[in-house]
Amino acid sequence: MRNAVGAVDSVLLLGGRSEIGLAIVERLVRDGARKVVLAARGAEEPDRITASAERLRAAGAAEVRPLDFDAARPGTHADVIDAAAKLVGDLDIVIDAFGVLGEQTVFEADPVAAADAATATFTGHVSAGLAVAARLKEQGHGILVVLSSVAGVRVRRANFVYGAAKAGLDGFAQGLGDALHETGARVMIVRPGYVPTQMSAHVSAAPFPATAEQVADAVAAGLRTGSEIVWVPRKLRFVFAGLRLLPRAVWRRMPR
Amino acid sequence: MRRQRRLLTGWGRTAPTAATVARPRTTEEVALLLREAGRREGTRRRGAIARGLGRSYGDAAQCAGGLVVDCADLAPGYRIDPESSTVTASSGTSLADLMEHLVEHGYFVPVTPGTRHVTVGGAISADIHGKNHHVDSSFGAHVRSLTLVTPDGAERRIGPDRDPDLFWATVGGMGMTGVITEATFGIIPVETAGVRVDTDRTPDLDSTLAVMSETDDHYHYTVCWIDLLARGRAMGRGVLTRAHHAQVTDLPPRRRRAPLRYTPRTVAGAPLRVPPRLLNTWSVRAFNTAYYARAPKRARGQIHELSSFFHPLDAVRDWNRMYGPHGLVQYQFVVPFGEEPTLRRIVARLASAGAPSFLAVLKRFGEGTPAPLSFPCPGWTLALDLPADLPGLARLLRSFDEQVLAAGGRLYLAKDSRAEPAVVHAMYPRLGEWRRVRQSVDPEGVLVSDLARRLEL
Ligand SMILES: Cc1cc2nc3c(=O)[nH]c(=O)nc-3n(C[C@H](O)[C@H](O)[C@H](O)COP(=O)(O)OP(=O)(O)OC[C@H]3O[C@@H](n4cnc5c(N)ncnc54)[C@H](O)[C@@H]3O)c2cc1C
Ligand SMILES: NC(=O)c1ccc[n+]([C@@H]2O[C@H](COP(=O)([O-])OP(=O)(O)OC[C@H]3O[C@@H](n4cnc5c(N)ncnc54)[C@H](OP(=O)(O)O)[C@@H]3O)[C@@H](O)[C@H]2O)c1
Repeated sequence: MRNAVGAVDSVLLLGGRSEIGLAIVERLVRDGARKVVLAARGAEEPDRITASAERLRAAGAAEVRPLDFDAARPGTHADVIDAAAKLVGDLDIVIDAFGVLGEQTVFEADPVAAADAATATFTGHVSAGLAVAARLKEQGHGILVVLSSVAGVRVRRANFVYGAAKAGLDGFAQGLGDALHETGARVMIVRPGYVPTQMSAHVSAAPFPATAEQVADAVAAGLRTGSEIVWVPRKLRFVFAGLRLLPRAVWRRMPR
Repeated sequence: MRRQRRLLTGWGRTAPTAATVARPRTTEEVALLLREAGRREGTRRRGAIARGLGRSYGDAAQCAGGLVVDCADLAPGYRIDPESSTVTASSGTSLADLMEHLVEHGYFVPVTPGTRHVTVGGAISADIHGKNHHVDSSFGAHVRSLTLVTPDGAERRIGPDRDPDLFWATVGGMGMTGVITEATFGIIPVETAGVRVDTDRTPDLDSTLAVMSETDDHYHYTVCWIDLLARGRAMGRGVLTRAHHAQVTDLPPRRRRAPLRYTPRTVAGAPLRVPPRLLNTWSVRAFNTAYYARAPKRARGQIHELSSFFHPLDAVRDWNRMYGPHGLVQYQFVVPFGEEPTLRRIVARLASAGAPSFLAVLKRFGEGTPAPLSFPCPGWTLALDLPADLPGLARLLRSFDEQVLAAGGRLYLAKDSRAEPAVVHAMYPRLGEWRRVRQSVDPEGVLVSDLARRLEL
């Protein structure tokens, strides 16, 4: 159960190797969470999630359980959520941190690769998110933290496959949050800018970067106050309010 | 029976969860509901818990995804038995309603908390205490018998002399042994609806503690409001009020004609929307300073109304909204006599942190009841309110938990909304004993609240 100061007991991380996701879970563990489920591709095979699990145990997690999860297999998602609940009981917080950034030039040359990436970044969240929502609603409590991105706030030419998927995800998460109004379950949307992680290592940094730890701090603060949308860093909210107004001819030339 | 899926919180308005709320009218309906909750299987098994007026601060009277048995519609009404000086009332009866009738018949409740808007069921389940704890102990000590519906649907009449183990597990048991539907408890005769109050301002914590230790025993009711923001030499200064029920001869002549006229009032309601951080170090310091300055330095024999003496906060409806959208956390602990240094350290830490608490009260407890989970035990108890979004609050309170535990003290479950299971288990060494009794009436664990889940009771 979540307590009055935002601390929780159990966390499910969908995308169990995500650097940002792990930073958030680590923060929740330091604030008191004891039970963690790491859901990722092949997580139940030996040694596929050990590093993540070790990190969380070192932070103080009493129980870290692996669970197989593939965003590209929507038919399994409801079962994954059920299995997670069987492992740790009520899911106090679920973090949706899976996704693929990829390279726009590659996508333009390989439409199938682009569609696969869009599945991991968007449609996989639709099936997983709805399954999570059903579970949280039945529990009567719980928060789904969705890692969106400023890339989806206004889609850029330079990474429009990823951006469009994030735009879809962001819209989906907003609608889901409204659908869950008054059910005890909630959705929190996180919109980071550039975060240096394994995902973004191949692209150059954008202005107003944030570290994975800063994303984690912002999420923790948002949990305390019940925020629905969290921008990291916060000033990006205002930056994007301005960027949204740029004429298309200018926007088209925005680098990355 | 009406049922409705609703979001519930305690008085602190933190951590809402949704449950199906049912309002049974009879004991039979309560039994039906509990049996139904017990029949659910697997993840659909979400349990059930009773709820009174939701005046516990945290998550004691809610059950996420499950069933909440709201006792408000249980056969209202009450019977006074002058022979035994007792009243029998349904568990959903509020002390507010009860007092309206009792006082006009020349009686008062044996124990009242700082708000009269609590139910008889809530009073027993939290084993509540009042300003008279040092002489009269807690509510449970005055209960002669009660009717409890257990998860098997059985209706049991229990009391201190009839199935005492189950009775004492129910007193202070936070609803986890069953749903109380009715109770008979002692009431005390009063001549008037007034109290005769002595007020003293104390300049610092040492004198506060000294005056309370020396003179508490001369009074039926005592409590001290503490200015937790006062620093330096004024740290722990307070306004001590001590009282007895007034006799007719204490009243001014014009009030003697209707000495039992009882007039509780709600003068205002808090606005529905309050900006976050309205109550901060500065606004609360201004309030505390003014409150301290306005109190008489020393006053003797002033006549106050029962309601203004016992329930000053009830004058402002929904005052908890003043803490803004993120709600408030109440922290109440007791440490045994002799552990004054712990109390002093905590007061000093609150003052240095500038923690904006304007409803801090200090009180001396007397003997507790035999109930294994009852909170009060001989010692000092401090209760304070803080905004839930105060930066660093979790860490601050966790450090207090450790000090309270080390001093052999404990936290009050009815007010908790954030403690950790291991800490609470260590604070209540008789938890195992209580669990065994609970197990005997609820082997399948049908009764559960968010508090019980969070604290693994
Ligand atoms: C302003 C304020 C001042 C307060 N001052 C004091 C004080 O001075 N001293 C003190 O001791 N407390 C104090 N309290 C706390 C309050 O007295 C307790 O929390 C009390 O239990 C609230 O009663 P309720 O009817 O609102 O119960 P709820 O808050 O609805 O429920 C409290 C607990 O009782 C159980 N319960 C309720 N009804 C039943 C039933 N019929 N059968 C079985 N279990 C039941 C619930 O499951 C829950 O665990 C104060 C609270 C407020 C808001
Ligand atoms: N880094 C940034 O700059 C940035 C900025 C804004 C938003 N975000 C978003 O934040 C989230 C986390 O990003 P990150 O930086 O932590 O990246 P990351 O470390 O690369 O994590 C992304 C995770 O997604 C998983 N994943 C990809 N495809 C999957 C599939 N089909 N099924 C299951 N899991 C799959 C990957 O798992 P494998 O280990 O199996 O590959 C990987 O662990 C992402 O949604 C990202 O879009 C990142």
